[in-house]
Amino acid sequence: MKSMNEMRLVCSSRSANEGFARSAVAAFVAQLDPAVDELADLRTAVSEAVTNCIVHAYADRIGDIFIQVQLFENGRVMVKVRDRGCGIPDVKKAMEPLFTTGGEDRSGLGFSVMESFMDTMKVRSTVGKGTTVTMEKYIRRRRRDDGL
Amino acid sequence: MEIQTATNGTTITVYLTGELDHHGAAPLREQVDRLISARRPKRLVLDFGGVSFMDSSGIGFVMGRYKRITAQGGVLRVQSATPRMERVMRLAGLERLPIWND
Repeated sequence: MKSMNEMRLVCSSRSANEGFARSAVAAFVAQLDPAVDELADLRTAVSEAVTNCIVHAYADRIGDIFIQVQLFENGRVMVKVRDRGCGIPDVKKAMEPLFTTGGEDRSGLGFSVMESFMDTMKVRSTVGKGTTVTMEKYIRRRRRDDGL
Repeated sequence: MEIQTATNGTTITVYLTGELDHHGAAPLREQVDRLISARRPKRLVLDFGGVSFMDSSGIGFVMGRYKRITAQGGVLRVQSATPRMERVMRLAGLERLPIWND
């Protein structure tokens, strides 16, 4: 199915851009008239993916974070967050709740949050090349007579 | 993220505001840790009333402060978190910790 609308953005892996990335994705998805909860879920999931790029992918340098969002007729929202960072040696391990290579104060729950708040989530990674997180959420279609 | 605090005997309440993401948690961590080691409260209350956003970095922040205060023999309490924030915290099993005000 071809998307009916799409956006791509690239930003530096600076923590100051976490809020911007959340807002940019939310602003784009707003055209589907999502419920407040659905938008909040998306923002949180995007925040986790982008934070992973900043904290892990580009732990020792500044690199680019590529965000792509596609909107489909049936309310499906596809979000891709990609980096060209260090890659994940063991994706299965990385996705275990509470597992972290990030040291003190890292909760190890980024992937768990993404999985909980999105409908699908998959991770592709190559050590030395980078990581792509692809997540989908189906925005509930609201009936015209919902009364706003 | 700016913090305001209130002291009541050996209880210090920290009023968090703004976004508790990885970016917001970093300076906050320093401020609160300084408070914990300098003032050594018996009870540290984290008030989430002014927090507009939270992700798992916020969970890490709570967990880290919980470890620090309990290592000092104190207790941590979380208050005024919205249902959405509690949902994020529940993912970490934080509901099982003795940090919720009754």
